[in-house]
Amino acid sequence: MTLLTMIVKLAEGLGKTCAIFFLTLLFSLPLGMVVALLRMSKNRIVSGVTRFIISILRGTPLMLQLLAVTYGPYYLFGAGVARNKLIPVVVAFAINYAAYFAEIYRGGIESIPVGQYEAAEVLGYTRLQTFVRIILPQVIKRILPSITNEVVTLVKDTSMAFTVSYQEMFTIGKQIANSQTSFTPFLVAGVFYYVFNGVVDFAMGRIEKRLNYYQ
Amino acid sequence: MKIMELTHVKKSFADATLHVLKDISLSVEKGEVVAIIGPSGSGKSTLLRCATLLTDMDAGELCYDGIFAAKNDENGRAVYADKATLKQVRGKFGLVFQNFNLFPHYSVLKNLTDAQIHVLGRSKEEAEHRARALLDKMGLGDRGSAYPCELSGGQQQRVAIARALAMDPEILFFDEPTSALDPELTGEILKVIRALADEHMTMVIVTHEMAFAREVADRVIFMSGGVIVEEGPARQVMDDPKEERTRQFLRNYQR
Repeated sequence: MTLLTMIVKLAEGLGKTCAIFFLTLLFSLPLGMVVALLRMSKNRIVSGVTRFIISILRGTPLMLQLLAVTYGPYYLFGAGVARNKLIPVVVAFAINYAAYFAEIYRGGIESIPVGQYEAAEVLGYTRLQTFVRIILPQVIKRILPSITNEVVTLVKDTSMAFTVSYQEMFTIGKQIANSQTSFTPFLVAGVFYYVFNGVVDFAMGRIEKRLNYYQ
Repeated sequence: MKIMELTHVKKSFADATLHVLKDISLSVEKGEVVAIIGPSGSGKSTLLRCATLLTDMDAGELCYDGIFAAKNDENGRAVYADKATLKQVRGKFGLVFQNFNLFPHYSVLKNLTDAQIHVLGRSKEEAEHRARALLDKMGLGDRGSAYPCELSGGQQQRVAIARALAMDPEILFFDEPTSALDPELTGEILKVIRALADEHMTMVIVTHEMAFAREVADRVIFMSGGVIVEEGPARQVMDDPKEERTRQFLRNYQR
């Protein structure tokens, strides 16, 4: 197999890697906010249960969670394993990343001085207006560096989908490596991940810069 | 005509760091300027926070312009009115904080217009017109597009005063408006408040600026240990206090 064929095959897998990446962000970023709000709930049962779930999602390997979401239904209820593995893969990734984002959001929300809430309250903003107009924009600016960290990790974590044989780039790389007894496909995949993260870094840097108009 | 009336307010805190109110009553007439003075921990700020609905009273009644925000139930516990009433009440007053609490992500102009548009329902043009007039009045006519972090403390506080005025409150509260400022910047804030007093804006000012209180306020209230020790016409309380505690407090300040 020539290097070019290898690159083409891996690039085909890159499309699926991107699918995991973007779909995970699409679902986990909003879901994380819901989880963060539940975690900060004044109802102790709600916040306690949420806290427990977060601790499980952060305290067990993502790889295990991937296997559990993909094959769990089969072992538990004898249900068939999803033919399109993208669904369980994205479900597992979205839930796992939502737990991490939730803790980042919570830290950001709790770092906003109470005076901001009080000023908004005295001016007559509703609680929802206060959150959306006053608190959230400031939170986003503060947490952006932490979010960038997670997003960079996500790019590399997508490779874990190989454990459930989803045909993303790393899975394909491993298959080629096995059949050709060559390490080259891994190196090529590594370059792809590196470039992918370069793009992520650039994009996040642009967003951070745009929010730099105030201290 | 009474704009605000607080009666028999009681407030204690679980952690009992002494910010307690022991049966305090305060009413403010339209056009009146009231200064509240007293040592720290005397309950001045807590009183202001109760009046502006930021802190719930344990007992007592709060009424703005005939609308009750809180009334005592038969057990003497303060019960607050429903959301709609409280919203109406919040429209009656403004509050200027010690540390400004401007919204850092909004420009100066947007700090002044956002609540007008989204709380009062004014049009953008109307809100900006009002905001620009107030900024001119505060001597900040050219800073509308600046962000709060680009302004000095004194400028930020003037923006905060303008933000409160933009909502057309009937009464404006100040919680130690100069305490977070460098001494050379307090003058510009006091000048603004003095100008508002000349326009007969109804104001309640918690302050440590004794000379200012004496000069600007119609009435001075001296608080200590969670009670009103003495109140009366500004000059009388400041120049010829009747209570020994007031005398002692003022003497410490003159040094």
